[in-house]
Amino acid sequence: MTAALHLEVTDLVAGYAPDVPILRGMSLSVHTGEIVTVLGPNGAGKSTLIKAIAGLVPTSSGAIRVRGNNIMGLATHRLVTAGVAYVPQVDNIFTRLSVQENLEIGGMAAPIELRQRIAEIYALFPDLARLRQLAAGKLSGGQRQMVAVARALMARPHLIMLDEPSAGLSPKLTEMVFQKLLDVRALGVTVLVVEQNAKAALAISDRGYVLAEGQQRFTGTASDLLCSPEVGELYLGTRTKLAS
Amino acid sequence: MMVQMLVDGVVAASFITLGVVGLSMVYNILNFPTFAQGDHIATGGYIALGLVALIGTAGSIAGLSFGWPLILALVCAAVLNGVVALALDRAIFSRLRRQNASRISLIMASFGVALMLRHLIIVFAGHEPHYFSFAIQPALDFGGVRITRNELVAVAVTTALVIGLHLFLSRTWLGKSMRAVSENPSLAKVNGIDVNRVILWTWVISAGLAAVAGVLLGVVVQIHPFMGFELLLPMFAALIVGGMTSIYGAVLGALLIGLAEGITVQYFVPEYRQAVSFIVVILVLMVRPNGILGEKA
Repeated sequence: MTAALHLEVTDLVAGYAPDVPILRGMSLSVHTGEIVTVLGPNGAGKSTLIKAIAGLVPTSSGAIRVRGNNIMGLATHRLVTAGVAYVPQVDNIFTRLSVQENLEIGGMAAPIELRQRIAEIYALFPDLARLRQLAAGKLSGGQRQMVAVARALMARPHLIMLDEPSAGLSPKLTEMVFQKLLDVRALGVTVLVVEQNAKAALAISDRGYVLAEGQQRFTGTASDLLCSPEVGELYLGTRTKLAS
Repeated sequence: MMVQMLVDGVVAASFITLGVVGLSMVYNILNFPTFAQGDHIATGGYIALGLVALIGTAGSIAGLSFGWPLILALVCAAVLNGVVALALDRAIFSRLRRQNASRISLIMASFGVALMLRHLIIVFAGHEPHYFSFAIQPALDFGGVRITRNELVAVAVTTALVIGLHLFLSRTWLGKSMRAVSENPSLAKVNGIDVNRVILWTWVISAGLAAVAGVLLGVVVQIHPFMGFELLLPMFAALIVGGMTSIYGAVLGALLIGLAEGITVQYFVPEYRQAVSFIVVILVLMVRPNGILGEKA
């Protein structure tokens, strides 16, 4: 991998209460144009990692660099201007706003050329174009996830972080969402995904990290992780599937 | 008789509407019901009264009991009332937010602000009622339905402001940001919305509309220290009937409560007015537990 270092997390300590850190010295790096997945069992700190990068969980030490700039301690509403988009696991769309308004809110940080950007996004998500006037709360789970990703892309981010995009989706919709992430990468956006669904996520990823108890346990290419019986047995809970 | 009752109800509803819209905005964006909303109405009325005392009440336009000075005072009072709300936020509510104060602390603080505003008014302007004008205004007669020009203006101004607010919320960046923050503040932040800035504008708009309510109430009825406090229960009734989370629900709620008050005054004893508001609340909640436009909790 010769591409430039895009996101670099070094020895990050973070948690809601300063004396009870959830992340205990987590390090991770993502290169420009990569899709990287962070795996791990429930409570491992996967969501905390992504929220800490987004400035939604207090950090106490370490560093978070995006394209070389330290963004640790940056107010969450300034993240968009730093080119970083974040799709939370739950409540990731504004249900009372229309699909179009969700996109407009997403594009607020770059309101010039908004119409053009909305047209580009509808081209990427054709299903959303005909639902544009509908309240986003009326959409199905898969459509909601598409709105969430589309909304995040509105501000033309160079890095998008997704927290369990497969949560609550059927296997078919999960695959659809992950296929969409390949399209997103094709636009030149670097992707960081946090997932429980190891198989689906690794299928589209370049590399992966396995997180346990707030620290990195394994890292490797996606195929290495998929084939590693140790990883499957210990952290993915999919021993029978992967070992066979 | 029937139509007269509806007309009186709509007039009563206009004051409730201007107050409850702000109550609803603060409830949804700052996440607590402010018990000071009534007293913001009174403060706005008194600020306008003070300004009119300074610039005079000269003239009358189109048969109204007031002239340009009052209109100027209304605009200035709306702005100044917003400044008062901002100062109170800076001094009290922003500190509580920074300490992650519970909702009950914020409510109690708003009680304190309510008492402070009300008694400051009494200290500076006394208990006695005041009037913008002592001119007696003959009611217009539309085939037996009587309404004064001042009342017509109150209804027209309220309607215009509600339409304006709708356009503001559906067409402007700030309005859309407010709707986004009211639903999901942390997702709003992720999208680059400065939640603190949205909160400040919420206070300004809420207190501005409250000032308009205060001035119109003063023009139609009178100005007195408890004028806003007396609107607090009908405003809360309207908010609850409307479903708490929707400004449009709150406006519908205000209309319903206003009409209920109109009916009470016409057919029963006027003193039962507020009791009837709450009978309406109970009846609506029995049929729709989340209010007219409320969402399932």
